[in-house]
Amino acid sequence: MTEAASSFLEATIRTATPLALAALGETIVERAGIINIGLEGMIIAGAFGAAVGAGLASVPGAIVTAMLAGVLCAAILGILVVTLHAEQIVAGTAVTLLALGATGLLYRTTFGTTGVALTIPTAKSIAIPLLSSAPVLGRALFVQPVTTYVAYALVPLLAWWLSRTHAGLSLRAVGENPEAAVAAGVLADRVRWLAVLFGGALGGLSGGCLVVAQVGTFAEGMSAGRGFIAIAIVALGRWSPYGVAVAALLFGAASAVQFVFQSFGWSVPYQLFLALPYLLTLVALAGVTGRHAPPTALGRRWSHTA
Amino acid sequence: MSEALRRGALRAGGTLIAPVVFVAAVAALAGVMTAISGYDPQAALGALWRGSLGTKYAVFSATLVRATPLILTGLAVTLAFTAGVMNIGAEGQLLAGATGAIGVGLVAGQSASRWLTLPLELVFGSLAGAAWAFIPAWWRRQFGVLEVISTIMMNFVALYMVGYLVRGPMQEHLRIYPQSDTLPTAARLPILASGMRLHWGFPIACLCSLGLWWTLRFTAAGFRVRVLGSNPDAAQSAALIDIRKTAMRAFLVSGALAGLAGAIEVTGVTYSLYENLSPGYGYTAIAVALVGALNPVLTALSGILFGALEAGAAAMQRDAGVPSVLASVVEASIILLLIAFREVRVPGSVFRRFRARRAQVADSTPTSGRL
Repeated sequence: MTEAASSFLEATIRTATPLALAALGETIVERAGIINIGLEGMIIAGAFGAAVGAGLASVPGAIVTAMLAGVLCAAILGILVVTLHAEQIVAGTAVTLLALGATGLLYRTTFGTTGVALTIPTAKSIAIPLLSSAPVLGRALFVQPVTTYVAYALVPLLAWWLSRTHAGLSLRAVGENPEAAVAAGVLADRVRWLAVLFGGALGGLSGGCLVVAQVGTFAEGMSAGRGFIAIAIVALGRWSPYGVAVAALLFGAASAVQFVFQSFGWSVPYQLFLALPYLLTLVALAGVTGRHAPPTALGRRWSHTA
Repeated sequence: MSEALRRGALRAGGTLIAPVVFVAAVAALAGVMTAISGYDPQAALGALWRGSLGTKYAVFSATLVRATPLILTGLAVTLAFTAGVMNIGAEGQLLAGATGAIGVGLVAGQSASRWLTLPLELVFGSLAGAAWAFIPAWWRRQFGVLEVISTIMMNFVALYMVGYLVRGPMQEHLRIYPQSDTLPTAARLPILASGMRLHWGFPIACLCSLGLWWTLRFTAAGFRVRVLGSNPDAAQSAALIDIRKTAMRAFLVSGALAGLAGAIEVTGVTYSLYENLSPGYGYTAIAVALVGALNPVLTALSGILFGALEAGAAAMQRDAGVPSVLASVVEASIILLLIAFREVRVPGSVFRRFRARRAQVADSTPTSGRL
């Protein structure tokens, strides 16, 4: 039983990590008043970037190129949404379509169409001394690849940054009331640009984490809607890093349930498990929205020059 | 009088220029991308042209067949965006419509005549699409869940639902392939003329385009939808427009149009239900609607152009070895260029119309609580 609980927890953390990374980036973007529907595209770009980078310089190279690919997508979104004040949802959808198509095209032209699975070196799990020997939780939580520890560290760091630093305050002001922020001397467009680029870097890292710490290969469309789930996680986590971490764990657990069912030999159509995170999102969002409001200027087209 | 004539001529000119610019942009983008990817752009563009608009066979058996679902889903997006409803769920609504039509067609097609079966299939497909749209619409109204997120979630749920159905209750009777039984002849949309693959779905899609244009332009219901999309505050304070009801109806009709696209696709082209039925029609629909400047008639035209692009891309893969995903890269680039250019202040009458339309999309921010 302990064994089953431990492997369930381990699977939960493993599936939650890429979701948490992308959702933490999206939290910052949304707190600056921008809804980034292009996140899905940034994740697949990151995954492709990791596949390319792994060939050049193994795992660390893969992580760097993954983040760069995410930032590149974010730059496209930034030009449209921050500089040109375009409609955020249409721009984000276009970025996602572009990244899904472009990675497919590049994958086929660089790695060939033969369908030979690409093997990518994966990041080894690192055991944290002492903590990893704790019963049940220890092995599940503290024998993980480095990307998981990055996610652990980012949660308190971002929470502190948002609520305790001047820069965090500026970011929140831009998301809540951009006019007032500008009046107070905040360079709103610069804040939004940096937020979008940060979101892109974490989205890319999320994709890189999928490739390097989980699957060990690249496949077209392997982001499989994680970007959209991450956006839902941000709403579910009420736009706070700690809430987002809990929501990501919830989704990880929903995905990990299928391993439990398999180990008990219960037969349930596997499509139900595939659909479960999306169904859960629909139900969970109904319970959350309304009681806690999103950033006031979220999704609003706004220009201080207009 | 002369002023009105001049304006009319300019408008007609603007309408004609848009497709010409579009075709040129597609050719340029596709050429550059094939060259970057290391293929022969001349061979690729030649294949693209022959496979889309270059021959009569390509037009009537590939381009227009491919355009039919794009027109209908494009209309679904046009209506939703005009009403300020961000329905990104045309893909899921299309799959729901396809499932509904196949379900009815397999049952009714065995005994009933074509004249009963076909309308039943199309009606049930539309209703299934509307039902799929109702869930996010109701969620928005009841709990304030952003329809942008919930419609995308519903797309994935629809995909896995079809995946389950074609391996479970609706699998073909030999139980080998993950697809449904094929529709009997009485349950299939007939082709328009012998020697082509084009079926009656295309004229139906064109009729829907004209119908939606007329409704939006000349009826009270259409006026309410336009007011709601362009200025919800005015709609609210005028107190003559029930915002929630108008938004809900626009959402449902949008879903029904996407559902009809699915019903027509299975009764006119595939004759059976399977997972990869749609190569992302519901997502391309956003590009179709935007290139059509959210005008139903122009959306039909833009649907044909996108149909040509996708049919040509398939030919390009066949004849020149260029991966057909190139089409989606070109599509996404077109959306990006379009929105970028609409935001940049471009002088001239051609773009004034686009900017006026943009103002409608502009106000459709997801947080303004329309439902």
